[in-house]
Amino acid sequence: MKKIQLLSLFLVLGLFINASEVEDGYKIGDYVSDFSLKNIDGKLISMSDYKDAEGFIIIFTCNTCPYSKLYEQRITELHNNYASKGFPVIAINPNDAKRQPGDSFEKMKERAKAKKFPFPYVLDETQNVATEFGATRTPHVFLLDKENDKLKVAYIGAIDNNSRNPEAVTEKYVEKAIGEIKAGKSVSKTNSKAIGCTIKWREA
Amino acid sequence: MKFYTRLFALGIFLLFLSNETRSQEVTALKLNELQAMMDKPSDKVKVFNFWATWCKPCIKELPHFEKLNKEHKNVEVFLVSMDFIEDLDKKVKNFVQKKQLKSKVLLLNETDQDQFINAISSKWSGAIPATLIVNTNTGQKDFYEQEFNEEELNQLIKRYIN
Repeated sequence: MKKIQLLSLFLVLGLFINASEVEDGYKIGDYVSDFSLKNIDGKLISMSDYKDAEGFIIIFTCNTCPYSKLYEQRITELHNNYASKGFPVIAINPNDAKRQPGDSFEKMKERAKAKKFPFPYVLDETQNVATEFGATRTPHVFLLDKENDKLKVAYIGAIDNNSRNPEAVTEKYVEKAIGEIKAGKSVSKTNSKAIGCTIKWREA
Repeated sequence: MKFYTRLFALGIFLLFLSNETRSQEVTALKLNELQAMMDKPSDKVKVFNFWATWCKPCIKELPHFEKLNKEHKNVEVFLVSMDFIEDLDKKVKNFVQKKQLKSKVLLLNETDQDQFINAISSKWSGAIPATLIVNTNTGQKDFYEQEFNEEELNQLIKRYIN
């Protein structure tokens, strides 16, 4: 009997562990920790460096994923339109360069130069930031809203609802959310999903 | 002259015929059609692997799914491409032909990703590769957003085969 009880306890625990794996990472309303990651110019970037920011558009992205490439121009436009309004873009490459050589720090510099990125493009070499955020794919957006000097997750997901064709977009999730935040409203759509490349985690 | 023209026409015809028989069919379908395939009662364990021609880790694990389809009589594998419909002929069909894929290849022709990803599984964030395993006899239906090696996949499928 004891054995059965013990067994069921393990089974129940197992369920919880499984569930928590899925739920890992920040959720809407969570406060996020700052990071310090190396930008393509060699300097470390932290969110606390931006004294005037009202929030951030954090985008996990990379050089190699076709979906990331499809969004490069739109990410540039987001930064150009919203940095001056208090919401700059910080692009974070979470991929392990051993598994994806095209995503090395050197290649990041090349890509940023070729595409004239106006925003910081930083490397998450330890993958700790991607893990903490719960990023799973590239591109993966986390919109942060500053509230009493703390940064709160306001939106998680895609930039808009048509990856292939910017002309065919009918929902601009990130822009809409920023608009709502700036108007003092609550964000109406806080999560969206999109196809993307799985993050190339280091092999254990 | 006439003879040569006829021979030429016959040659073209044969070439066309041989191409037709060799190439695997790729079926483009809508979300409701895919869902119907998932839910349709079957004595086989259905494995839906979500992949794309541009996805390296997906391509790496495709042979394991091909093997699964070939070696298990009671498993049916569906390779569901996440490529854009515009790439069906040039990219997907060519790829299927080149790799001589034997499993059934489908292409999900939907653009509202937020909608179809949630409809397929609330556990799916949208990253690929990802795999859904369905056993309609036991009611098992599980989603895995991860890559598999051969051993992992073989171990996993045992849970679904009676």
